[in-house]
Amino acid sequence: MEFSRRTFLKSTLVGGVGLSALGFDLTPVYAQTQGLKISRATETRSTCPYCSVSCGVIIYTLGDKAKNAIPQVVHVEGDPDHPINRGTLCPKGSSLEQDILNDRRLLKPQVRRPGSDHWEDISWEDAYNEIAQKVKKTRDDTFLEKDPAGHTVNRCEGLAFTGGCTDTNEFNYLVVKTMRSLGVCYLENQARV
Amino acid sequence: MSDRRTLQIKQISAHPGPIPGEGVQRDLEVCKLVDTTTCIGCKACEVACVEWNDMPFTPTTFDNTYQTMPETAWSFWNLIKFNEHQREDGTIQWLMRKDQCMHCADPGCLRACPADGAIVQYSNGIVDFNQENCIGCEFCVSGCPFNIPKFNPTTKKVYKCTLCSDRVGQGLEPACIKACPTGCLKFGSKDDMKFIAEERAQQLREHFGYANAGVYDPASIGGTHVIYVLHDATRPELYGGLPKDPQIPWSYTVWKWLAKPVLGTLALFGLLGVCLHYVTVGPRKSQPEPPPRKER
Amino acid sequence: MTNGWIDIKNTDMMLIMGGNPAENHPCGFKWPIEAKLNRNAKMIVVDPRLTRTAAIADLYLQIRAGADIAFLGGLINYAIQNNRIAHDYLVNFTNAAFLIKEGFKLPEDGLYSGFDSEKKTYDKATWNYEEGGDLTGKAVAAMAAAGAAAHKAHTSDTGGGQGHQAASRMGAKGSAGTPPPPMLPPKVAYDLSLHHPRCVFQLLKQQYSRYTPEMVERITGIPQDQFLKAADMFTSIRKDGDMKQVATIIYAVGWTQHSFGTQIIRTAAMLQLLLGNVGRAGGGVNALRGHSNIQGATDMAGIFEILPGYLKMPTPADTDFAAYLKRITPTASKPTQWDSFNYWSNTPKFAVSFLKAMYGPAATKQNDWAFHYLPKIDRNYSWVNIWNDMYEGKVKGLFAFGMNGVMIGPDSQKNIDALKKADWLVVCEIYPDETSEFWKAPGISPDEMKKIATTVYRLPGAGFAEKDGTFVNSARWLQWKNVALPPPGQAKVDQEILATIFLKVRGLYQKEGGKFPDPILNLSWAYTDRKNPSLSEVAKEINGKALADITDPKTNQTYKAGQQLPGFAALKDDGTTMSGNWLYCGSWTEAGAMIQRRGTEDPSGLGVYPNWAWSWPMNRRVMYNRASCDLDGKPWDDSRPQVWWDEAKQSWVGNDVPDFKPDSNPKDHMGPFIMNPEGVGRLFVPLGAMADGPFPEYYEPIESPIANPLHPNQNNNPVVKKYKTDMDKYGSVDQGYNVICTTYRLTEHYHYWTKNNPMNVQLVPEPFVEIPVELADKLTVRGGDKIKVTSARSTYIAKAMVTRRIRPMKIDGKDTFQIGIPIHWGFRGIAEDEDKTAKTLANQLTPTVIDPNAFTPEFKGFLVKVEKA
Repeated sequence: MEFSRRTFLKSTLVGGVGLSALGFDLTPVYAQTQGLKISRATETRSTCPYCSVSCGVIIYTLGDKAKNAIPQVVHVEGDPDHPINRGTLCPKGSSLEQDILNDRRLLKPQVRRPGSDHWEDISWEDAYNEIAQKVKKTRDDTFLEKDPAGHTVNRCEGLAFTGGCTDTNEFNYLVVKTMRSLGVCYLENQARV
Repeated sequence: MSDRRTLQIKQISAHPGPIPGEGVQRDLEVCKLVDTTTCIGCKACEVACVEWNDMPFTPTTFDNTYQTMPETAWSFWNLIKFNEHQREDGTIQWLMRKDQCMHCADPGCLRACPADGAIVQYSNGIVDFNQENCIGCEFCVSGCPFNIPKFNPTTKKVYKCTLCSDRVGQGLEPACIKACPTGCLKFGSKDDMKFIAEERAQQLREHFGYANAGVYDPASIGGTHVIYVLHDATRPELYGGLPKDPQIPWSYTVWKWLAKPVLGTLALFGLLGVCLHYVTVGPRKSQPEPPPRKER
Repeated sequence: MTNGWIDIKNTDMMLIMGGNPAENHPCGFKWPIEAKLNRNAKMIVVDPRLTRTAAIADLYLQIRAGADIAFLGGLINYAIQNNRIAHDYLVNFTNAAFLIKEGFKLPEDGLYSGFDSEKKTYDKATWNYEEGGDLTGKAVAAMAAAGAAAHKAHTSDTGGGQGHQAASRMGAKGSAGTPPPPMLPPKVAYDLSLHHPRCVFQLLKQQYSRYTPEMVERITGIPQDQFLKAADMFTSIRKDGDMKQVATIIYAVGWTQHSFGTQIIRTAAMLQLLLGNVGRAGGGVNALRGHSNIQGATDMAGIFEILPGYLKMPTPADTDFAAYLKRITPTASKPTQWDSFNYWSNTPKFAVSFLKAMYGPAATKQNDWAFHYLPKIDRNYSWVNIWNDMYEGKVKGLFAFGMNGVMIGPDSQKNIDALKKADWLVVCEIYPDETSEFWKAPGISPDEMKKIATTVYRLPGAGFAEKDGTFVNSARWLQWKNVALPPPGQAKVDQEILATIFLKVRGLYQKEGGKFPDPILNLSWAYTDRKNPSLSEVAKEINGKALADITDPKTNQTYKAGQQLPGFAALKDDGTTMSGNWLYCGSWTEAGAMIQRRGTEDPSGLGVYPNWAWSWPMNRRVMYNRASCDLDGKPWDDSRPQVWWDEAKQSWVGNDVPDFKPDSNPKDHMGPFIMNPEGVGRLFVPLGAMADGPFPEYYEPIESPIANPLHPNQNNNPVVKKYKTDMDKYGSVDQGYNVICTTYRLTEHYHYWTKNNPMNVQLVPEPFVEIPVELADKLTVRGGDKIKVTSARSTYIAKAMVTRRIRPMKIDGKDTFQIGIPIHWGFRGIAEDEDKTAKTLANQLTPTVIDPNAFTPEFKGFLVKVEKA
């Protein structure tokens, strides 16, 4: 029969068999009352980013929002209040924890220079400045104010923007504002395909 | 008192003497209902199980099927079995069945187990493994008519579905049940599940042309706490080899019959178990750790 | 969706086709199952493969990929022939009784009247209603007249004068750049007896009389007896004209991704109008949509041809704002005795409010509300053209925010080669993806890599749990989500990245000047944190507010300057209101964020959940719900009452928000389809709304194994154009491409995303190709053997999944195989990085060709050859 200090700490004996004062007992453990791993975690209501059912999910993060606790996801489960999914989730929704906490995530800005065979790290500030300059140059080079018939067109055909399926309404609206103001015509989204 | 908040035990493997705490509280017999006729094989239950139990990811390979792996594994307690069945008219029926511990009323694993307290049956019907007490002899593996318990060679312990006893003990439904998108999984009292299952089978017979639709709750092992609705209850073997008439190997039945009234012999069998364990597994080298937590 | 996910539980009959909801929308699929469990509803699934949806269907038919119009046309024919149609609904709620102009010709030879074979476009002048009045009972005389007039040439179509271009239905994509087409007549001639030979119903009947069960079998490969079984089952809900039961049609990209995709969907919509199923609980035409927020992205004009709220983009011919409004604002076109709400007549209010949101004080009446700040478009700038035009060197710089264009294709190799020609690429992603790493795609040698001059920035964005904001699901629900944790490492939220880039560009224009800087400098950007706008501030701007104290003349309600507006009825065209998207006006009012509501009550039991989140338009859960009532305003089925006319209150009331003019008495005969200028549902689509015909006609996919059995000389959609770069190749049976291939997703994976997730990779670890047992036998391939699938474009290599779930088919008498490829694997991912795959891309196989209406590529039903690898 096996027992260990770990067993003792983790488990509670059932059936009125007392523990010895030394913290050891030769009686095996029969049932465990483990606390739920999510019982004190912080709950955040969110929406699954995958398909268009938009299931409600609850993201459980470690810690109780105390200042020194850096939230990290410990579990994701369906939101039982959500009228459509009523707490259910599909195999993709059920694995969202691994989408949030994933060692393949991109963590810093990178640039691949012309002709290069590798990524280089770049600071956000440098990336922003370089991108802004490229956008301006491309726009100024390709902007068309009038078409051959003399009609005002005010468009820029050298720039294109493609948006993804998990871009929020608010982000998409900012895209319309900024890109259309740059004169972008090639404005497309996953919605097309 | 903490014991008032825990699950109530009904049976303990290889346990001499009375069941601790027996009869001090009422309990509800729980049951999982799997309606194979509305299962879409989406595997949400597989994922919910792995996620809730924080099990490590198991490498898999393509095997000419949608099925994740051939059988359940020590780190994969819940598996949808996919079967292409050709009907007599030549059309194909794609059958999907969630395979997992059946939580038998008369659990072959528990009967077979020689380690005191390695397997317990709660009075709510859940059959649970306590790895703390497991000696890794794998008798339970051969005692199970459904090929469910799986041995982990690293920890030298056996694992299987707990029916989320931790969740159920805290008043929550099991993780697979909660996740199931179509509601083909249901959880509640055994009485309710039986009622719902029988009604569904009747509906399938009357309105959807499945003359042999029925409920799988095999009497040969006293019924189970996981029951199925099948399109054709006369042919459960079509659903990834669900046994028509599951049996506990007679040796374990006999052993149980002998052992139960003769408390003294139990210790001997326990000893035998240890010896067998030594023979089959070998001497313990170091203190094993529980299944590795996933790497971050 | 016209209806919603939960509403499907109210149905009696389901046709699921061109979609696989059990696999791609599992949690929504519980509602079809609820209908089965609680109403004994029947489910018919028509798909090239026996999918997991088909696995629980009551009837499954295997169809050839792309043959959907033939099947649905056959259903229309069956419904008409067997009189299983909703007569009153048809006469009063659709344009069945409307007369079509003389000279209009049905496509017996594959072409409608007006085809210009050189330009491959239609002159749509004859695709229009006849001007006139009530011709009911005058059919016999008309028939004689029609005979006499049959040889007359097309008349010019300027007679109407007051009418305007037909407004597209919601979500339809207008054809960009064409000159304004002729107008709809304000007074339409009609025959309520439906006997007139030129009435829409008779034309419809004639059109689909050619879609016999025999023809359906030849085209689709579905044996006649099976087709008839399905037709009988589906139309059984309208047996003897009884209106109580309801059927729904559910589809997804299996319908859209064809060179005639929009017309497949139209055929379904017509069938539903014919059966009286639109507007009703448990009915409708329901697009599943595939992603979390592509409904929202469409509403918010993430696509080139529209502005937010489906306002049309300006064209160069719109020389000023007035000309623009005149072109895009429809006027009613209907029988004189009927009423039409013509909701799009409010277009000027929406357009001005949008421009005020864009440019704030810089948009004034004097400068046409800054109308010329917007670019003017006159050609197709859609997805495929981005890559085509980049390949041709025109597009120099590309932003890809969460959009993996290399994987998406079509013709991924062309997209890779296009990126090689770009100057720069900015990718914002959360995982390393194929687009950002196109320059090291398999097959690119070190020497070639040195020649690729594209600068690529890869910016780490935030995952869904790390940012807030709204997604719109396919039931049109706007739901707000909350931030659970901060982005990892140096990653930033996307709005911060976009805003910072924009402000840097604006800074450069302020400092250096440049081409037409006005829209950049004057763009309204008054967010508290300009570099990282709070999305709740943005959401409020999208809803809109009063810019001056205004009073609603109808309700006498006053809104103070700065107050959030309660709905789009409050919008003005005089610059006193602003709204970023009129369709979302009402989503964040003075009462708070409607999109954050969490009320779980459903008093009617119909699954309306009126207090959960908010749905457009104006929180209506079932669109066109006036059509759920008969002419007198009483529900067709009183066990599922959605809305009804309350005579005492002289108002429409109900369990849902009436999608109708609330005080329109049924006696006034206002049409329930208020977004159409006719007020009624369109069996026949007049004028310019569709590029390829007012009725759908069956055409073969651009690559097909047979000649079109309906008209062998007009095989493909006549207005579809092939692309012409050296990359664009199209295959034929003669070249050995004799197997039909289709592409799809698996339930275990999500596009090109979960290949980074170890859990999902465990569920389905490797790419595979599903092939029929009989084809495998021919190739001596066993399950797990590697096979090579080759199209005219490229080759894909993966293991074979040999299955009986795809059977060999007889297409027009020819034995034909179909195969299927899940799209999920690329050259970056867990399995890919472990060298467990061949690193080929499914979309390397797909052709560059698009639907002429929605511009969606034909990812489904192309030709390949299959070999043992």
